[in-house]
Amino acid sequence: MDPIDTIFALSSGAPPSAIAIIRISGPAAFGAVTALAGRLPAPRRPSLTRLFDPANGGLLDEALLLIFPSKGSVTGEDLAELHVHGGKAVIHAIQRALAAVPSLRPAQPGEFTRRAFVNGRIDLNEAEGLSDLLSAETEHQRRAAANMMGGVFGRTIEAWRLELLRISALTEAELDLSDEDDVGEQNNRSIAEACLLLASEIDVVLQLPAAEKLRDGLRVVLGGPPNSGKSTLLNMFASRDAAIVSDIAGTTRDVIDAPISFAGIPFIFTDTAGIHEQISDSIEKIGIARAHEAFANADIIIWLGPEGAGPDHRQLVEVETKADLGSVPIKTDGSFHISGATGLGVPALIDDIVGRAKNMLPKADGYAVNIRQRDLLRQISIFLNEASSNDDWLIIAECLRQTRLGLDALTGRTHTEDLLDTLFGTFCVGK
Amino acid sequence: MNRRSNTEDFDIIVVGGGHAGCEAAAVAARMGMRTALVSFQKNTIGAMSCNPAIGGLGKGHLVREVDAFDGIIARAADDAAIHYRMLNASKGAAVQGPRIQADRRLFQASVQRQLAQIEYLTIIEGEAAALMFDDSDDQRIAGLRLADDSEVRSKAVILATGTFLGGKLFRGEERLSGGRIGENSALMLADQIRAAGLPMGRLKTGTPPRLDGRTIDWAALPQQPSDDDTWTMSAMNSRRAVPQIFCAMARTNQRTHDLIRDGMDRSPLFGGAIQGQGPRYCPSIEDKIFRFGDRDGHQVFLEPEGLDSHYVYPNGISTSLPTDIQIAMVRSMAGLEHCDIIVPGYAVEYDYIDPRALNRSLAVIGFEGLYCAGQINGTTGYEEAAAQGLVAGMGAACQILGRHMPALDRSNSYIAVMVDDLILQGVTEPYRMLTARAEYRLRLRADNAGTRLTPLAIEMDAVGSMRQSAFQVRSAQREALLSALSQSVSADELLSAGIGVKRDAGRMPLIDWLRFPAVSVDAFLTMLGKSEDYPIDLQLEVEQDGRYAPYLLRQETEIRDIALNDRIHIPSDFDYRSIAGLSLEMVERLGLARPETLAAASRVRGVTPAALAAILVHAKRADARRAMTK
Repeated sequence: MDPIDTIFALSSGAPPSAIAIIRISGPAAFGAVTALAGRLPAPRRPSLTRLFDPANGGLLDEALLLIFPSKGSVTGEDLAELHVHGGKAVIHAIQRALAAVPSLRPAQPGEFTRRAFVNGRIDLNEAEGLSDLLSAETEHQRRAAANMMGGVFGRTIEAWRLELLRISALTEAELDLSDEDDVGEQNNRSIAEACLLLASEIDVVLQLPAAEKLRDGLRVVLGGPPNSGKSTLLNMFASRDAAIVSDIAGTTRDVIDAPISFAGIPFIFTDTAGIHEQISDSIEKIGIARAHEAFANADIIIWLGPEGAGPDHRQLVEVETKADLGSVPIKTDGSFHISGATGLGVPALIDDIVGRAKNMLPKADGYAVNIRQRDLLRQISIFLNEASSNDDWLIIAECLRQTRLGLDALTGRTHTEDLLDTLFGTFCVGK
Repeated sequence: MNRRSNTEDFDIIVVGGGHAGCEAAAVAARMGMRTALVSFQKNTIGAMSCNPAIGGLGKGHLVREVDAFDGIIARAADDAAIHYRMLNASKGAAVQGPRIQADRRLFQASVQRQLAQIEYLTIIEGEAAALMFDDSDDQRIAGLRLADDSEVRSKAVILATGTFLGGKLFRGEERLSGGRIGENSALMLADQIRAAGLPMGRLKTGTPPRLDGRTIDWAALPQQPSDDDTWTMSAMNSRRAVPQIFCAMARTNQRTHDLIRDGMDRSPLFGGAIQGQGPRYCPSIEDKIFRFGDRDGHQVFLEPEGLDSHYVYPNGISTSLPTDIQIAMVRSMAGLEHCDIIVPGYAVEYDYIDPRALNRSLAVIGFEGLYCAGQINGTTGYEEAAAQGLVAGMGAACQILGRHMPALDRSNSYIAVMVDDLILQGVTEPYRMLTARAEYRLRLRADNAGTRLTPLAIEMDAVGSMRQSAFQVRSAQREALLSALSQSVSADELLSAGIGVKRDAGRMPLIDWLRFPAVSVDAFLTMLGKSEDYPIDLQLEVEQDGRYAPYLLRQETEIRDIALNDRIHIPSDFDYRSIAGLSLEMVERLGLARPETLAAASRVRGVTPAALAAILVHAKRADARRAMTK
C-alpha cells in the first residue's frame, strides 16, 4: 500500500461555539493524537486529556479524545476526534499544531466523504446522495469560477498565465530546441528578471486583505498592560454596535473575540490577556503567547499601553484611556484620548477605525482572494523567486512547472499543450 | 500459461519492417512468442526512410529506454554511427540528448543481423492483404492473409505499417500515391482498416531534397566534428565501431528567401492541395519563410548519409516546391553553388488512426489481438516508432501469456509519457517527443534509463542473458558506490581535500553533498582513494541523482497522489453521458480517450477536479453493480 496523507479538519459548525470537533483520519491519526496528548486512549472510549503543542510544550486546551481504529471507523481509516473548546483561537492553535505533525495536512473539501466512499464505508444509496452533493458542488464551483474568471481578478490571473507561459516557453526552448536553427542562447538573466517581476505583482495581491475578511470581519486587537482599560473599551464598542452583536465566546484568561460591525463593515474585536513582565502562572503564560499571536494576525491594533511600547504593526492606533480622570494627556497628538466611563472620544476612534478599514478592504471594482487562493499565490511567488535565483535551466524549468501547477489550481486551465503552443508560436524551429 | 491452443502458425504477426515493426517483433520473440515479421521486401527491413540520424532531445531518451528493454535500435545506431553528438551537453543530464548520424547501409545491416539472431522470429516476405478474424467472433484476430492468398494464422497482429494508409506525395504540381518514393501503399489492408470504422485523421510530413556530396564545396563551410567522448547509444557498447566523419553547416540567405517566396504559389502547402496538419517543430522551408520571413537566414545542417555514400541530407529545408525551384534554392547558398540534387524533396499526406482508439498496450479497443504501432498512430520519428513497437510487442505477448504489462508510467519513462499522451489526448500534428512533455523530466534521464527500466524488463523476460548479466554487474557496482558515498564527512574534510564547499556547511553523507554544484563524485572517489573502482558513466549517473535529490523529493507527493488515483479503475465501456454535470466537451474527450484509471482521466485536457469526483462515484457504482450481477 502506498503511503497516504493523514488529513484533519474542523468537522463541527463554524466557530465560535461551545464545543468544536476536530477530526483526523489516516495512518498517522493515532500518532498525531499521541503527539498532542502524550498518550492514546482506549478505542471508542471518551477520555479527558490535556493537549499540548508538540513544538513548544505549551498547553493548547483540555479536550475529550475519541479514537476509532480503521476497522470500525466511518472513513475506513484510523480516525481520531478531538472535542475541544469552541473559541476560534483554540481551534486555530490546535489546527496549527496538527499541521506541524509530519504527514498531516488539512483536508480538502469533501475529502473525508471521499475516503469513506473509496474504502467502501458508504453504500450505494448514500453514494447516490453523494453524487447529488458533488454535482451541486460542481455547479457551485462552476459559478464561483465563472465569477472569478469574469472579474478583475480573472483578468489579472489571465495576464499572469500568459506571462508565465511566455517565460516557460523561453525556458523550454533553451532545453528542447537549443540545437535548432533559430533558438539562440537565451540569457537567463532576463528570465530571472521576468520571474521576479511576476512575483512582485503577485506579492502586491498578497498584501491585500483576504476575501474572508469581507465575510468574517477585519481583526482589531486591543492590547496593553492589565488595567489599561481594554475590557471597558471593548464593552463600549459592543454596546454601540447597532447591527450585529453576538455572544462573546472564549475562555477566561484567553483571547476573547467579539464580532461587531460599524458602518456596514464587519470587525472582530479581540481582547488580549494583559501584557506584563512578571508571569507566575502557566495558564497566563499561554494567554500571553496567544496575545502575541493575535497581534501577528491583527489587521488593526488598538494600543492602550505606553506610547511606542506596542507591537510593531503598520496599523497601530495609539489610544490613551481614562481621559475622564482630569489628568494631563501623556500621549502625543495623533493619539486618541478617550474615556471608557463617559464615552468621550470613542466616536472619533470608531471613525478612524472605519476609515482605516475602508482603505484596507477591496474597492467595488477590485477583488479579494480567499485563503486557498492566497496559499497558492504564496507558493507561486516562492517558486518564481526560486526560479530567479538559480542558473541551472533544469531547475528554473522545474520551478516554473510548479508555478504552472499553482496557477492551474487557481484556474484549472493551463496544460502542457498551452506551453507547446506558446513555444512553437514564438520560435522558428525545425532543421 | 494461458495459451488457447497451438493450432496457429504463430503467436504474433508483425506487419511492417520499419523501426516499430522490428522492435515489436524482436521483443515478442525475446519473450518466447513464436513471431512472424511480414515485410513487403526482406531487404528493406530496417530502412531509414527520412533523416539518417538517431536520437536527439527527448528522442535520445526513447532510444536509451528501448535499449534498457534489450531492444535493437540503440545497438544498430552504434553499429552505424559515423558522427556522435551529445545535444545540450552544457546543461543538466536530464535534458542531454544523445544523437548519432548513421550510415544507412550499416544501420540496416545491423537491424537485419540482430533480427536474424533472435530465436522464435521468422521473417516472411510478402504483402499483407487483409486481417483474418475468428469464425465465431468477428472482433477477434485469427491471422493475416497475404496478397498471394496464402493465410498465416496467429493470435495477434501488430500493424506497424507506417504511412501506408492513403499516402499521397506532393511536389510542386506533381502528385504520386505511395509511402516512400518507389514503394507501394498497401491498399487492400487500408480499405479493410477504413471499413472497420476506426476513427481516422489526416497528417502531413515532408522531406528535403538529397544532395550529391561530391558537388558540395565542403572547405567553404563551417564544420561540426563528432564528439570526442566515448559515450555510446547502447549500454551494451563501450566504443565507437566505425570511423567518424564531420557534418557541415550551410545557411539560407536573402536570395534563397526571394526564390522561395516567388515559388510559393506553386507549393501544394500554400495552394490548398494539402489539408493535413504538419508538425510545428519541423516546418517546411516555405513555412519558415512564410511565418518568420524577417529573419536574415536559416541554418541548414549537411549530414552525410554514409561512409561510402555521396548522398547528403540537408537538415532544415524540407520542401514540396517544384524541382526547378529546389535546385535554384539550394544553389543560392554559399558552398552549394554547384550542388546537384539527386532526389528532390516532397511532402506526404497520409491517414492515421486516432490513437485514442488504443489502450496502453496500443491494442485497438474493442478488438482482441489487434495492435497498432508507429507512424500509423500519428507519430513521427524512428525513436517514437521504435518505442511504440516495444510497447505493442510486449502488450501482445503479455496478453497471450496472461501477464500484466510492465509498470510503465509517466514518472518512470518517456515511453509511458508518449503512450499516455497518444491514447488520452490524440494528436493534432505528427507527435514528436520533447523533454517538455515529461513532467518528471528531472528523474527521466537518458543516462539512467537502464537503472530505471532494465529491472522491469528482466521481470518481463524481455532481456537476453548477456544484457541481464551486464546489468547485474552494473547494479552491484552501483550499490557499492552508493554505499561508499553514504559515509558522512564534514565541510572541513572536504575543504582539505580541495573540494570547494562553505566552511560552515556542516557534516553530512557524501551523497548529500552532491547537491552543491562544485562537488563531484570523482572528487569524492579521489579523496577516498577509490577513483579507479567505478566506470565514469556510473559516477556521472549517481552524481546527477544526488544533484537533483531535493527536487525529486519534492515531486514525491505529486507522484503519490497520482498513484492513488491510478488504482481506481474506470471500465472501458463507461458511459460519460450518464454523469450529470459533465460538459459536452468533457463527455466527448473522455469518450474518445476512454481513460483506464481515474489518474488517466485527470490528464485528459479540460477535465476539472469536480468532474473527476463525479466520475469516481459513478465508476465505483458501476463496479459494484458488476460485482452484484456476477
